[in-house]
Amino acid sequence: MRIHVDWTRCDGHGACAELLPELLTTDDWGFPLVTGDERDPQVTVSLAGHARRAVKACPLQALRLVD
Amino acid sequence: MNEALWALGRGTGVVALVVFTLSIVLGILSRSGRPVAGLGRFGLNEVHRTAALTGVGLIAVHVGSLFLDPYAQLHLVDAVVPFLGSFRPLWQGLGTLAVDLLAVVTVVSLLRRWVGPRIFRAVHWLTYALWPVAMLHALGNGTDAWSLWMDTVAVLCTGAVAAAVTWRLLPSYAERGRSRIARVVTR
Repeated sequence: MRIHVDWTRCDGHGACAELLPELLTTDDWGFPLVTGDERDPQVTVSLAGHARRAVKACPLQALRLVD
Repeated sequence: MNEALWALGRGTGVVALVVFTLSIVLGILSRSGRPVAGLGRFGLNEVHRTAALTGVGLIAVHVGSLFLDPYAQLHLVDAVVPFLGSFRPLWQGLGTLAVDLLAVVTVVSLLRRWVGPRIFRAVHWLTYALWPVAMLHALGNGTDAWSLWMDTVAVLCTGAVAAAVTWRLLPSYAERGRSRIARVVTR
């Protein structure tokens, strides 16, 4: 399972980075920035719950979990 | 018992109005993309959502208790079809209209994952109609409209929503970029 940001929807509200700091941080403009090297970071089993919550929290539905 | 039902019906109605006011103000704040001190970004959305759903629960009790109330003389059809009531049909009808709007907004919002952001947002615009309709219903149908406490609640709520909507319409609402650009420039 990987986490994917739909950049056509994202407006940099920054809720995802608050809920998933293990994988995401924000740039100076509030847009999510992947902390690792991967474009769509792998979500480990231990982070799955937090990732789902971050997906739910996005006000613009810009965050998705992909296989 | 009847007194209790009447008090419950009025009370839940007024508190629902207050939590819907909170929800609409927080919704406008959240839409602006600005964080609120102490709440965080995800917290703001959660409180917005929780306030709205609390209001839905209160309205369910509000409508339910007034069905059982002998003075209100509501029929089942009055819960869905507006303007058919026997007691102040216009003002009661506005309440029914508000319930209909609330039902649509709530169902679509809960199904957000499946309907997608476009429909979600379009239906969410209905709240700008829902709130004034509910307020008019409260003042016109409620029997507390001329009491000081009710008028204080109404004035504070209307002031809060009017201020939020006015801000929403100002050009500065969308200009989150101003502070952001300043931060980059000064680095």
